[in-house]
Amino acid sequence: MNEIVLTADSILKKFPGVIALNGVSFDIRAGEVHALMGENGAGKSTLMKVLSGIYNPDEGAIHHRGKKVIVKTPKEARELGILLVHQELSLSPELSAAENIYLGDWPTNWFGIVNKRKMNAAAKTALDELGCNFGPEVLVRNLSIAKQQMVEIARTLVFNANVVIFDEPTGTLTTTEKDQLFEVVRSLRKKGVAIVYISHKMDEIFEIADRITVLRDGEVQCTVNTCESTIGEITNRMIGRDLDQYFHRAKSEIGNQLLSVNKLTIRGFFKDVSFSVRSGEVVGLYGLIGAGRSEVAETLFGVRRQDSGEIIFNKQKVSFSSPKQAIEKGMALVPEDRKSQGLILGMGGRHNMTLPHLSLYSNMGVPNVENELQIFEDYKTKLEIKTTGPEQMLSDLSGGNQQKLVLAKWLCANPKLIILDEPTRGVDVGSKSAIHQYIATLAEQGLAVIVISSEMPEVIGVSHRILTMAEGRLVGEYTGKEMTEENLIAAVSGLTTA
Amino acid sequence: MAILKKASETAKKHGLIGGFAIFLAVVSFSSPEFLTPGNILDVIRQVSITGMIAIGVTFVVITGRLDLSVGSMLTLLTVLVVDQHNQVGPAIAIAYTLFASLLIGIVNGYLIGFMRLNSLIVTLAMLSLLQGATLFYSGGSNVNVTNPQETWFRFFGRSEFVDIPVPVWIFFFSALVGSFVLLKTNFGRWVFSIGGNETASLFSGVQTRGVVLIAYVISGFGTGLAAIIMGSRVMGAQSTIGQGYELTVLSGIILGGTSMLGGSGTIWRTVIGVTMLGFVQNGLLLLGFAYYVQWLVTWAVIILAVWIDLAAKRGRVFV
Repeated sequence: MNEIVLTADSILKKFPGVIALNGVSFDIRAGEVHALMGENGAGKSTLMKVLSGIYNPDEGAIHHRGKKVIVKTPKEARELGILLVHQELSLSPELSAAENIYLGDWPTNWFGIVNKRKMNAAAKTALDELGCNFGPEVLVRNLSIAKQQMVEIARTLVFNANVVIFDEPTGTLTTTEKDQLFEVVRSLRKKGVAIVYISHKMDEIFEIADRITVLRDGEVQCTVNTCESTIGEITNRMIGRDLDQYFHRAKSEIGNQLLSVNKLTIRGFFKDVSFSVRSGEVVGLYGLIGAGRSEVAETLFGVRRQDSGEIIFNKQKVSFSSPKQAIEKGMALVPEDRKSQGLILGMGGRHNMTLPHLSLYSNMGVPNVENELQIFEDYKTKLEIKTTGPEQMLSDLSGGNQQKLVLAKWLCANPKLIILDEPTRGVDVGSKSAIHQYIATLAEQGLAVIVISSEMPEVIGVSHRILTMAEGRLVGEYTGKEMTEENLIAAVSGLTTA
Repeated sequence: MAILKKASETAKKHGLIGGFAIFLAVVSFSSPEFLTPGNILDVIRQVSITGMIAIGVTFVVITGRLDLSVGSMLTLLTVLVVDQHNQVGPAIAIAYTLFASLLIGIVNGYLIGFMRLNSLIVTLAMLSLLQGATLFYSGGSNVNVTNPQETWFRFFGRSEFVDIPVPVWIFFFSALVGSFVLLKTNFGRWVFSIGGNETASLFSGVQTRGVVLIAYVISGFGTGLAAIIMGSRVMGAQSTIGQGYELTVLSGIILGGTSMLGGSGTIWRTVIGVTMLGFVQNGLLLLGFAYYVQWLVTWAVIILAVWIDLAAKRGRVFV
């Protein structure tokens, strides 16, 4: 058994309204790949941010090579040899690969001038070791996502990392790129680096990891050796109950066709997307990040304009030039990112809820506060939103309650079609279940629902029909018993074409 | 650190008002004129011009943008109203002036709202353009109303209604209307939502481009009204008459506590802010400080108010 490099001991981390980590203990050995699994919001990323100095824990200790350490900043973590390869790449696009590799620590000469020759030479060695076919002086904005990731990994080599944390590294990679990444991970392991690998993707974990730790609701569920475990066991640990109880598929009567999309195209984002949705139906749209799902939704809703193709909504050919028109016709979009697109966090619940359809709540351009309060209280009860009142600033609410408010905001105008883009991202398990249940209720009331999600169990659990999307194209359609994780993965990774 | 945090919060809540009260006490002690009704009315009458502009600019600031063109807009419009008064009479001169103010607002608003250009740059460029336009229009010479004693145009700046100067009445009613529009109407709601989160507002069907445009039109219109008062008060204008107003207006708004980051603020805060600033400037003159000291004070007020605002937001006084 190899030496333990890094230990987290009973880490507690609270955010307003939620305990992100509740006494988490965890260790990583030299020369192993330790996978960290859990659903969105289980606390994986928070734990990694604590270990790499981005967050400071409220309680608990971190030991590095047997010594207690306090990691206050990412720089201190880097000095200990702990490096994070981020989920969202954190490179400066206008700087060269070498400059990014050494970012924050450029080698200088006596006069404080950057020693480019030394920097480029060292960066080249690292890039060559990773098998990269580009030089250190190329600008990062000219590199593909996979190559940018290699630049981040090269940082770990030049800083001689002994702990490397990968946070969802394959989210946007193709299959070949993923294989290249795994080669690199294996060679790091061979060098004796301790690797933490965070991912949702079961098959990847079982391919690369030596041990697996499962987190749920901020607590460790188990730590097992990969060879002694199965996908089924890990899934149960992650979810904590059977899928059947966990999801609610609508038992609705499927009605007439409400939306039909024909060869919709925006160059550079998606091409020839055609599908239809009927009232009472829940259609899942599954695909990896960057597949073009959100862009399709935004085009339907009038945020973007299509280059070609047509949209027929409620028997009318439509082409919305702004969300306002889409809203007036009875469409609603719960966007992907509630903080930047969904809500105005500095305002209260009442103001947020009525914003999309203020004219319905006002006379001669003046909002009727009583009507607003009424609808707020209605939905507060209906969706069990925990808030102190209609004026409480939304920035003080937990993620789950914020998300319920976004839902309420769109439902209070009785739309005909609602598009939910990642409706449960970063939401606690309780709220998640409530949201799923509510999606079913909506369909049963006759709404047409499109659910865009990167979480396979979610898409499978709530949808009547699933469309899969990869690299800007629709690549498959599944109903009933065909809606399995195997089929969806195969479809989006290009193994079959339906 | 906790003490500092508390201090900065207290400073934000009471500090400026408290500091202002101390200042009032000091000035009235050393200059008996200061708190006489005559002087107070004088200050408020002066403030009403800054205030009229500031009410409009407050809308712009709450959307998270700036309007630096109001100073030279005031110059151009005052020159315009005075000169046209002599040529076509007061009524048409006023109509021209208000029309021009709306037009300038539309140009600013279109460039910023629809073309999505940076508001700082656009209005700074407009400041330059309007300065040039003024010189082109007047040839650089002063203009004066030829019959200041007879014209009814004197009503706006020189007359009184129940012992209170008319400009103060106009200021007061503009503040009432502005406050109603901002706090009670759909439009006002949209202004706040854009300042709070522009993307989310767009996703919520708010016509963000149009709302921003109208905010600039309001800013222009307020400046147009101010120019009419100014022209009537002075009965003349030269090409530097509005110089520096953009900064006085901005410091009044900031002093009132409206955040430069957008999304919060009220008209009444702006009214209080510009009024306080007016008394400070008047007090400094009465204390015998040279005129240029006002500029130093403007600087200090802007830095202090922005600093306190930010310190309260991040919970620390220093970075």
